[in-house]
Amino acid sequence: MNEQEFITQADRYLGGEMDVAEREVFERYCRENPAAAEQLEQHRLFLQQLRDHAQRAAFKKAVASVAVSYRHSAAGSNENARKPLIVTLWNKYKINSLVAASVAIIAVFSTLWLSGYYKTIQTTTSNYSALRRDMNNVKKNVNAQNAVIRNINEQKGDPAGHFGATGFIISSNGYVVTNYHVVKDADSVHLENTKGESFRAEIIYTDPANDLAMLYISDSTFKAPKSTPYTFKATASELGEDVFTIGFPRDDVVYGQGYLSSQTGYGGDTTAYQISIPVNPGNSGGPVLDSKGNVIGIISGKQTGIDGASFAIKSEAMLKSISAISMDSLENKLTINKKNALSGLKRTEQVKKLQDYVYMVKVF
Amino acid sequence: MGNKISNAAASEADLKTVNGIALGDAAALETLYRDYFPMVLNMVIQNSGTEDEAKDVFQEGVIVLYDRIKQGDFELSSRLKTYIYSVCRRLWLKQLGGQGRMFYDVEHYAETIPVEDDLARHKERDDQMMLMEQALEELGEPCRTIIQDFYMRNLSMQEICEKFGYTNADNAKTQKYKCLQRLKKLFFTVRLT
Repeated sequence: MNEQEFITQADRYLGGEMDVAEREVFERYCRENPAAAEQLEQHRLFLQQLRDHAQRAAFKKAVASVAVSYRHSAAGSNENARKPLIVTLWNKYKINSLVAASVAIIAVFSTLWLSGYYKTIQTTTSNYSALRRDMNNVKKNVNAQNAVIRNINEQKGDPAGHFGATGFIISSNGYVVTNYHVVKDADSVHLENTKGESFRAEIIYTDPANDLAMLYISDSTFKAPKSTPYTFKATASELGEDVFTIGFPRDDVVYGQGYLSSQTGYGGDTTAYQISIPVNPGNSGGPVLDSKGNVIGIISGKQTGIDGASFAIKSEAMLKSISAISMDSLENKLTINKKNALSGLKRTEQVKKLQDYVYMVKVF
Repeated sequence: MGNKISNAAASEADLKTVNGIALGDAAALETLYRDYFPMVLNMVIQNSGTEDEAKDVFQEGVIVLYDRIKQGDFELSSRLKTYIYSVCRRLWLKQLGGQGRMFYDVEHYAETIPVEDDLARHKERDDQMMLMEQALEELGEPCRTIIQDFYMRNLSMQEICEKFGYTNADNAKTQKYKCLQRLKKLFFTVRLT
């Protein structure tokens, strides 16, 4: 038996293709020839390995194809696989985060409550509504005023009301200066001093350009006081100069203090100063004095919408205006005091002395 | 192959899957993927790996299981899940170690069993298979197909004779014998080098 024949026989033997008789012959041959037996065993192992290889390769292929089909069937496997981490974390810290959130909420609201935040909100809200009521009031007032104005227009010449302003003596024998806009269109003018005495006055001179008017107290009950304690400063005052005024924004005299903030008045008017004193309607015509007791100007108005921008006509302009009055037409001689009695006094003393020379101007 | 799988720890479903794998059953493989791949994917991704790497590791893990089953004396001493996880974890550790990457064993709580022996056997098997692969590669056509047809597909010499156009079965037989001798020679010489 050559090798090829032997392999063929071996294949048949291993493949189970031999019948019983053939098997016996082949097995006996192998027993008698140890070399043949070894060859058979080697051949068997080799074929085993060959088959294993084929099976394993097939299995690998199957695994690969299943892997591919798995990837297709579970396209979201990636997300699913990642999710557990998040889910785990969430499950782990769910309670903690809920507790933390609750504590935060309680802390925030209790702090707000303790610090009176809600009360503030309430107050703010009530202020707001009050403000609205005010607005309604203003609206109502405006409507009422409109009604009054219509009334005036219908019944001309009816003296429906009066204004109040301020004036002050420039010559102790009864000459008082105030603003032209105060006495304009006036039927009659009365002056009331701080003691409550009222005197009748007449307009002897007006200067609309400078917004100035000269009054003369014609009342017989008027007793001329001593000469004025203040003088008039014709030269320009410096910026930042400490100034004060007194006037009648209401029925009692009111003191106001500030500083000279600009050498010019409204719209660059060189005949006026800008001063920083809070003034109100009624302050018009009041004297503006510096710390030495010199009258440097007369309050004339303020700029609406700008805080602390009040205007005063310069004394210089006033003196010039006065000099235009023809002295012959005057009953008494107009004398302007040149001796200052306020200089060196304390502010309260100055104001006390000044009060006697400042009048409330009532216009009917 | 007559695998003797006997252990109280192995559940009915696990045994069924193992038997399916021994037969190369696609359904068993699909079950294996569906049940255990997400776990392995998670382990790999959490340890500086990618999804593709996880697939490779799992695939190799399945082959390890296959080799072990084919060994014939496989005893499932734990749950199949634990076995797969242990094998894949070991494989991934090895791969990471080779690349000098870090392994943050975040899932150390997961149960593992020693699988070093199985992996060693798998390695040996892999090498053998590689040799056979090489030998078959060098054998070339038509020898390779003749051998495969005869020994694996169990075609008769007559069928092979017709398929390859030999004038008679004896010619084919001689050809097959020569091919087999050459393959044996290739296989055993390659092994020596």
